Amino acid sequence: MQAFSFVSGSAAPLLIPNIDTDTIVRVEVISRSPEELGPCAFEVLRYLPGGAENPDFVLNQPQFRGAPILLAGPNFGCGSSRERAVWALLGIGIRCIVAPSFGDIFLANCYRNGLLPVVLSEENIKELASQANAEASFKADLVTLTISTSTGSVFTFEVDERRRQTLLQGLDEIEMTLKDTATIEAWQTRDRAARPWVWQPPTALV
Amino acid sequence: MHKTLFDKVWYAHLIRDLGDEWALVHIDRHLLHDLSGPLALEELERRGLSVRNPELSVATPDHAISSEPGRTGMTLEKGGRLWRALKERTRTSGVRFFELGTPGHGIVHVMAPELGLVLPGTTLVCGDSHTCTNGGLGALAFGIGTSDVAHVLATQTLRLRKPKSMRVRFEGRLGRCVSSKDLMLDLIARFGTSAGTGCAIEYGGSTIEAMDVEARLTLCNLSIELGANMAMIAPDETTFSWLQGRPFAPSGSQFDRAVAYWQGLNSDPDAIFDREEYVDASEVPPTITWGTSPEHAIGVDGIIPHPREVHGSPAGKALEAALSYMGLEPGRPIAGTKVDYVFIGSCANSRLSDLRVAAGLVRGRRVAGGVRAWVVAGSENVKRDAEAEGLDRIFTEAGFEWREPSCSMCSAVNGERVPPRARSISTSNRNFVGRQGPEARTHIASPATAAAAAVTGFITDPRAL
Ligand code: SF4
Repeated sequence: MQAFSFVSGSAAPLLIPNIDTDTIVRVEVISRSPEELGPCAFEVLRYLPGGAENPDFVLNQPQFRGAPILLAGPNFGCGSSRERAVWALLGIGIRCIVAPSFGDIFLANCYRNGLLPVVLSEENIKELASQANAEASFKADLVTLTISTSTGSVFTFEVDERRRQTLLQGLDEIEMTLKDTATIEAWQTRDRAARPWVWQPPTALV
Repeated sequence: MHKTLFDKVWYAHLIRDLGDEWALVHIDRHLLHDLSGPLALEELERRGLSVRNPELSVATPDHAISSEPGRTGMTLEKGGRLWRALKERTRTSGVRFFELGTPGHGIVHVMAPELGLVLPGTTLVCGDSHTCTNGGLGALAFGIGTSDVAHVLATQTLRLRKPKSMRVRFEGRLGRCVSSKDLMLDLIARFGTSAGTGCAIEYGGSTIEAMDVEARLTLCNLSIELGANMAMIAPDETTFSWLQGRPFAPSGSQFDRAVAYWQGLNSDPDAIFDREEYVDASEVPPTITWGTSPEHAIGVDGIIPHPREVHGSPAGKALEAALSYMGLEPGRPIAGTKVDYVFIGSCANSRLSDLRVAAGLVRGRRVAGGVRAWVVAGSENVKRDAEAEGLDRIFTEAGFEWREPSCSMCSAVNGERVPPRARSISTSNRNFVGRQGPEARTHIASPATAAAAAVTGFITDPRAL
């Protein structure tokens, strides 16, 4: 996984509540590989029905094109579990999303892919959004746990310490868990005796 | 003592406490489907790893396959590639694959409980957000992303942080034509789509106790629309007798032993929840969504709300955008709105009991002119059972299309779409922008409300039929 310590650059405000993963990436893009999903991000907002770019969409505006930080509304990433939503956001260069709340599965998917989700209050995000323009530069820093702007605002945020370390070091969860193989083995052996009904029928029928 | 149902299942699966509320948790059941399975199996191969416990996973193609009568796995080109990839990769890794047209195949959250693969007190995951459905049987079931699917395949575990707890108690008898679908739409409208975020929810109360298992599955299905990735109902005699005799459920003395264990799966009387809510279920009307979020729901006899209260704010703009997307005017009754499509299907409402309710309303009536109406059974077994009862004939004689088990028009990934700006009443669970196809206008409702709309051609209160 790509490690994350900080990201700086412009911040694009997209404060609509309940941006779901269908809006982030349409489900039909099943044949594209994770690396090819950038052009599919926010398709329904980004393009007009004829296929031309929608000039009103924030990430199409020159000052926010390629912004690494997204300022978002509550419940960002609700809906389906598709990890493609995170891959599509990474594909257009977003590395940090600031929102009052996130969909649970989306949140987990962010951490698996080195995209930093930051929870701030709606007021703080509105304040940040009011400063988002062509000149302003933002920095999201996982070391100091702050979001700061070139105009002097600083907001601190919290991240679960285990998740923070995983992101900072770019740790791979599968590799970490595989170190526990013997413990898993022992647990399963005990469980086979304690709850045989969980194990027997599927084994018998396979 | 003081333990919730969730706590009991959580601690029973703890392989290692990782500290700070984190744990390495055993996963007893893993469901794979055509969208989430192939990529994760490929990732495992890339890492040179094999599936640790293939006997604890099953696979079913459901999302990207056609529902057209006579379909095969290859009917659709894109979906066919996923169908084949899932079939081939599960074969080489030893995971059981349920083929189209064979008993057991179906939408993942319909076939798994139906086969007895989902058992009380087990942990169950699937690369799909509606995995919470399976909590209706007392399993700790939740959706995960592709990376976690690979993690489970490789290790049969997940590294998880213990969620917060929430209980919703429903008391009272449901009104006529009111189902667990209406109850949940009403709940989501009341509390909002992020009320359950970060929580494992438990549903209880006299309303739930009186509910059959299929209604409980529907109730839990919509929990992710309340923000909760996990939802559970304590297993009881209704659960045990429903499970008995199902192909993958334990049998004989194993069943008795399992029931003895399952009987201990409920929250202690003094259990403490982070949040508790109470709902008078007897007051909930048949409910339908008007907008583009499941929280945009009102009674089917209600008035389309006005966004003026929140005018100017991002939330107000979102409401205005929802109204304009849906082509609706605020301040008018939602009943009487003309519909073009009716879809009875999806993992929310495609079980036998759902089809019976819809058929009961459709019997002896005709689909209204200009309406295209589909019934898509959730599994091969549901389809066969429905045909044995003659439900298929009731639908087809009325002018419905009777199609093959698949997710179909729920998410339109298989190309079965509602056309731009056409209005659809759907028994599925999501009315997001473009969910049933670009610019499609989706109203989520129960099978009774959907059937009523099919025969009248308008959004209709099913109690009036
Ligand atoms: S029926 Fe719809 S909600 Fe259910 S699994 Fe299929 S696509 Fe998802």
